[in-house]
Amino acid sequence: MTEYNFAYLDEQTKRMIRRAILKGLAIPGYQVPFASREMPMPYGWGTGGVQVSAAVLTPDDTLKVIDQGADDTTNAVSIRRFFQRTAGVAVTEKTTEASVIQTRHRIPEQALRADQIIVYQVPIPEPLRFLEPSEVETRKMHALEDYGLMHVKLYEDISQHGAIATAYAYPVKIEGRYVMDPSPIPKFDNPKLEMAAIQLFGAGREQRIYALPPYTKVVSLDFDDYPFQPSKADHCCAICGSTTSYLDELITDDAGGRMFICSDTDYCATRVEDAG
Amino acid sequence: MDAQTLDGGFGSPPQESAQAFRAIMNATAQPGTIWQVAGAMPPAPVSVAAGVALLTLCDPETPLFLGASIDSPGLRDWITFHCGAPLVSADQARFALGIWDDLPLDDFALGTAEYPDRSATLIVELHALTDQGAVLRGPGIKDQAQLSLPETAAFQRNNALFPLGLDFIFTCGDRLAALPRSTRIG
Repeated sequence: MTEYNFAYLDEQTKRMIRRAILKGLAIPGYQVPFASREMPMPYGWGTGGVQVSAAVLTPDDTLKVIDQGADDTTNAVSIRRFFQRTAGVAVTEKTTEASVIQTRHRIPEQALRADQIIVYQVPIPEPLRFLEPSEVETRKMHALEDYGLMHVKLYEDISQHGAIATAYAYPVKIEGRYVMDPSPIPKFDNPKLEMAAIQLFGAGREQRIYALPPYTKVVSLDFDDYPFQPSKADHCCAICGSTTSYLDELITDDAGGRMFICSDTDYCATRVEDAG
Repeated sequence: MDAQTLDGGFGSPPQESAQAFRAIMNATAQPGTIWQVAGAMPPAPVSVAAGVALLTLCDPETPLFLGASIDSPGLRDWITFHCGAPLVSADQARFALGIWDDLPLDDFALGTAEYPDRSATLIVELHALTDQGAVLRGPGIKDQAQLSLPETAAFQRNNALFPLGLDFIFTCGDRLAALPRSTRIG
């Protein structure tokens, strides 16, 4: 603990990130530029989420880190250890025991409470980026609330595939104003974006922070005749039997064998424990 | 510079500013809620909560405007020593500290259409801070909340500018609350 400042970052950097978080909360869905620092992990491993977590962690927090729902993957374990070492915080794998949850690409199945904070790792924060490569243009589009291009994209999905084919990072509109990328969570998780907890989004390489205060109105973009549909694999979990949780598909052999299990490992393990 | 200038900062800045920021963030994310903070002892008449907000958010990168009724050489020295924030006129400020009548609202930066985050945050000292008064609705509020705002018309005008606008932190003694531009009043 003596070799690092609390939560790794220096105080000046944390103040800069904290100011960006406050502006993000004041303008829900707007991407606040921030001076992202180089972190001791590669881009794509959650450098944005780590910086946001470092700026919000207090010594009393209990941290949970998940990667696609799992607490025990390399990315989750290394980030959890990073904060154990540099902030000395308690860690947990239980969603209910955590006060801060850093996540890559999932929202826990267990509904979050008002005293919890969830920090998302975001690769590409700009929902319009794949439609318009210029930052100057997309910034103007957000300023003018010009989101026609996104609806054209969803329409083209329908004309090509018969349905909106976007399955993850499904665009949402916040409080009727900003279109936002909810990070690459499956669209199954989109309805959970209206929650009691504070949601913070950090994109390290792209140098953006954005946020959703509790109970912020989040609408997944759709059409009257093609309404938004959260979807999941039409199976139940092979371990805990849940029919309502989001499932990962595992290939088990070379003969086409497969199984479906909960992506949220804590949810699955808790159900197995409770069943006895 | 007298010794009083050197006192009143955080004893252990990383931990105390983390706790203070959590309170300020919770207040901003849930308008109408009131949070207790500790750790700063700014020169009178500035409150503990306002001192904590300055120590947590202000530094050499954030030009600060001081309202006339709290401005004093002692406070200027304290801010310069503990925060290093340049003291400027209202139109150049990213933060401001004062009582409600001190703050020339029309002069502060509101942000731009492309960068609405480039707006001022005002730290407003109140005589009383309670969860009674103006009715608040909007992001961060489940149904509705209440807060003892110094007036309502100015905040309604500010909200009408969304996504531009000013953000407010209200301080009283060792307690604070916040009102971001996204909150609808009345």
